Amino acid sequence: MEQANMEHAEDHGLHLTPEQEYGISKLGMWLFLGTEIMLFGGLFAAYAIFRAKYPELFLESHQELNREMGAVNTCILIFSSLTMAIGVTAIQRGKQMLAGIMILVTIICGLGFGVVKYFEYGAKFAHHIYPDTNIFFSLYFMMTGLHMLHVFIGLAVLGVIMVLTFKGKFNEKYSTPVEIGGLYWHLVDLVWIYLFPLLYLVG
Amino acid sequence: MANHTIANNVYVPFLEQKGFLSWFLTTDHKRIGILYLISISLFFLIAGILALLMRFELMTPMSDFVSPHTYNVLFTLHGSLMVFFFIVPGLAASFGNFLIPLMIGAPDVAFPKLNLASYWIYLVGTIITLYALLSPADTGWTFYTPYSATTDTDVVMITFGVFVLGFSSILTGMNFIVTIHKMRAPGMTWHRLPLFIWASYATAVLQLLATPVVGITLLMLIAERSLGVGFFDPAKGGDPVLFQNFFWFYSHPAVYIMIIPAMGVISEIIPVFSRKPIFGYKAIAYSSLGIAFISFLVWAHHMFTSGISEVAATIFSFLTFLVAIPTAIKVFNWIATLYKGSIELHSAMLYALGFVFLFTIGGLTGVFLGALAADIHLHDTYFVVAHMHYVMIGGTVMGFFGALHFWYPKWFGKMFNESVAKLSWFLIFVGFNVTFFPQFFLGIQGMPRRYATYPEEFESLMALSTYGSWILGLGVLIMTVNLIKGLYSTEKAPQNPYGSLSLEWQVPSPPPTLNFEEIPTVTDWTYGYGKKKEVDA
Amino acid sequence: MSEHTHSEEKHITSYKAYFIVWVVLMVLTFLTVYVSYFDFGQLNIVVAMVVASIKAGAVALFFMHLKFEDPITWLYALFPIGLLFLLIGMTIVDTFTRIFPL
Ligand code: HEM
Ligand SMILES: [Cu+2]
Repeated sequence: MEQANMEHAEDHGLHLTPEQEYGISKLGMWLFLGTEIMLFGGLFAAYAIFRAKYPELFLESHQELNREMGAVNTCILIFSSLTMAIGVTAIQRGKQMLAGIMILVTIICGLGFGVVKYFEYGAKFAHHIYPDTNIFFSLYFMMTGLHMLHVFIGLAVLGVIMVLTFKGKFNEKYSTPVEIGGLYWHLVDLVWIYLFPLLYLVG
Repeated sequence: MANHTIANNVYVPFLEQKGFLSWFLTTDHKRIGILYLISISLFFLIAGILALLMRFELMTPMSDFVSPHTYNVLFTLHGSLMVFFFIVPGLAASFGNFLIPLMIGAPDVAFPKLNLASYWIYLVGTIITLYALLSPADTGWTFYTPYSATTDTDVVMITFGVFVLGFSSILTGMNFIVTIHKMRAPGMTWHRLPLFIWASYATAVLQLLATPVVGITLLMLIAERSLGVGFFDPAKGGDPVLFQNFFWFYSHPAVYIMIIPAMGVISEIIPVFSRKPIFGYKAIAYSSLGIAFISFLVWAHHMFTSGISEVAATIFSFLTFLVAIPTAIKVFNWIATLYKGSIELHSAMLYALGFVFLFTIGGLTGVFLGALAADIHLHDTYFVVAHMHYVMIGGTVMGFFGALHFWYPKWFGKMFNESVAKLSWFLIFVGFNVTFFPQFFLGIQGMPRRYATYPEEFESLMALSTYGSWILGLGVLIMTVNLIKGLYSTEKAPQNPYGSLSLEWQVPSPPPTLNFEEIPTVTDWTYGYGKKKEVDA
Repeated sequence: MSEHTHSEEKHITSYKAYFIVWVVLMVLTFLTVYVSYFDFGQLNIVVAMVVASIKAGAVALFFMHLKFEDPITWLYALFPIGLLFLLIGMTIVDTFTRIFPL
């Protein structure tokens, strides 16, 4: 009886065409990206206020950050955005192998970003710089930490999508999850595009 | 038993399946609505009992029933549970889930699995918060710094619980926006939508875009306590008022997350029981969006005495008056709908009328508070307590009870006892006013909120308020028993007991699992009651 | 479902277009790092934010295909940014008129 019920429960549901699902999922993802903007927004607002209040502190502290490492990470993320975008086009054209490889490269870039970040954090701790050192570093650790969390979530999502891509689940007729995952990954890039100059370049 | 039900053309009420998993794993929006309904009702009752305890303490000037610290814990829990666990998910998650697909002619919401996930996230947030009760916080539901950053009680856990709940709210909002955009039945144009849908849409936008800000604020508070950062600590260069700025950037829109769905409910009930087309359909529809938008612009009216600048206070006081415009538009249109209608005083209609009356008082006193000079005197007094309860109980809870009585036959396919329902309405209405009206006077005379003790001269009004809370509690108790008893009644509800024109009443009660045998085609707006037809619908 | 009767024509961006966008992004990255070694005083942040916004715009428009999306998507892409400016703007107004009353 329990068994039958469960099947029935699964039986209920929406039967949408792939096109419908495409439009619905894409709008849903964009809405979610709006949420993400507001989530990071609180930290950006705090940054704006405290930077305006303590320009010297920000100027001094930001020089402790490693501009080169930040720049390298920026290049890595931008490149990963490119490979992600190519992956989307590839699957839209039905090229499953190429798409899978592109997603794989994206994931490798994401991991590389994490490794660089790991060394950066390590260097900070070695210099006895912690989140409670001053407001600038509080913001630095919270902003990059929250961003890092998004990178990890993105990697997990892309990992699943990659496996499904290699398994041949997606093609030119149905590529929605790849595109949705791609949108999320680009957001991770977008946030970093602002974090990099704010934290590393102008402080 | 389960097998023969799967065939498509047989009517299977959505309540038919039994068993824990059939609920826990359901992706049916109607069942998820019930899950929310049960959860929020439980929290409403628990937090209500806490309130009765507080009122009992306040019967006498001394703190003789509970210690001042316990009193602080009581109002913190009462506020947090009522706000984050009951009234914010509230109508949106319960009735929103049940009604949106039915009203727009869709088989389900756009993301049924995500819908279930939202409910699970709500449960996780609940569990975390229950764990936090081991050392309950005493900060008030607003978690203001610097106190929340320094108190010995467990602020981290309860704020983390609220943070998690936030995601439930965000995902629900996202789901509803997409549903309303993409899942409407053929012919269901924007200007034919029931007003509850417009209200739900406006609410969903607020859930989607305001909630993340309180999320990050609470994360910053958690970092403040656990990592020693100093965003809100002046000793470390931070600013405690910044917390309030961020908190109210969410929490003012959040009061509209609470009230807009209730306004939607009222806009459904009034035309049905006046047998008249709703007056000013477009004005009501667009004023929902207007309220949602303006609610982003007024947050600092909660902070006039917190040390914000005079410039900011003046700007926000001015902007606050703008909220009154779309609000008043709605009230006038409801009254115009009632005018010369053939009114039937069904219990749901009584709640709707109660809403219009009490919410108007609540809204007007809000305008007093929004006036900078008046608020300097009234801030953090019982006047604010009375204001918020007039809008939240007199408004949202009246709307919630109204919705319960109105859609009960549709939802459960059963009837409750109408006379008992009317009696409980009467007790709730009277009890509510006796409880909270005196608090306006207490506030004007300077009685501050959040104290377990008070000067002797306030004793008579305070005691009166406590007596009122007993009447109110009794009313809620009778209503609850009546509604639960109704579930076991043998009287089956007809498909459309009130002759409503809205789509959810055109399917059997309770609705079949798949909502509609065939997706309907809509040819007219929802409010064509009586002979008159709205020309521009 | 009303909005789906006209089928969603998918726009597929070419690999070449992506490469061009990528080159632009890299040039801008190089530029913003390069100028950060010079001091323009107050203008530093302005330059950095302008460059970042061009980059963000390129990512959104092309990588994320915003250019080909419907008005609703545009609305929900832009509205949060407006809200963010509101949050930042009004909080700054508050903070600074506390220090320098008008
Ligand atoms: C015409 C519309 C409204 C106006 C102008 C208004 C204005 C205000 C103002 C100025 C305050 C701050 C008072 C103070 O702390 O000194 C306030 C407090 C409050 N309002 Fe309203 N309000 C309105 C509607 C609502 C609605 C619809 C709700 C909820 C459903 C609501 C819930 C609250 C709550 C909960 C508080 C107290 C928050 C706290 O400090 O704990 N208000 N209102
Ligand atoms: Cu407010």
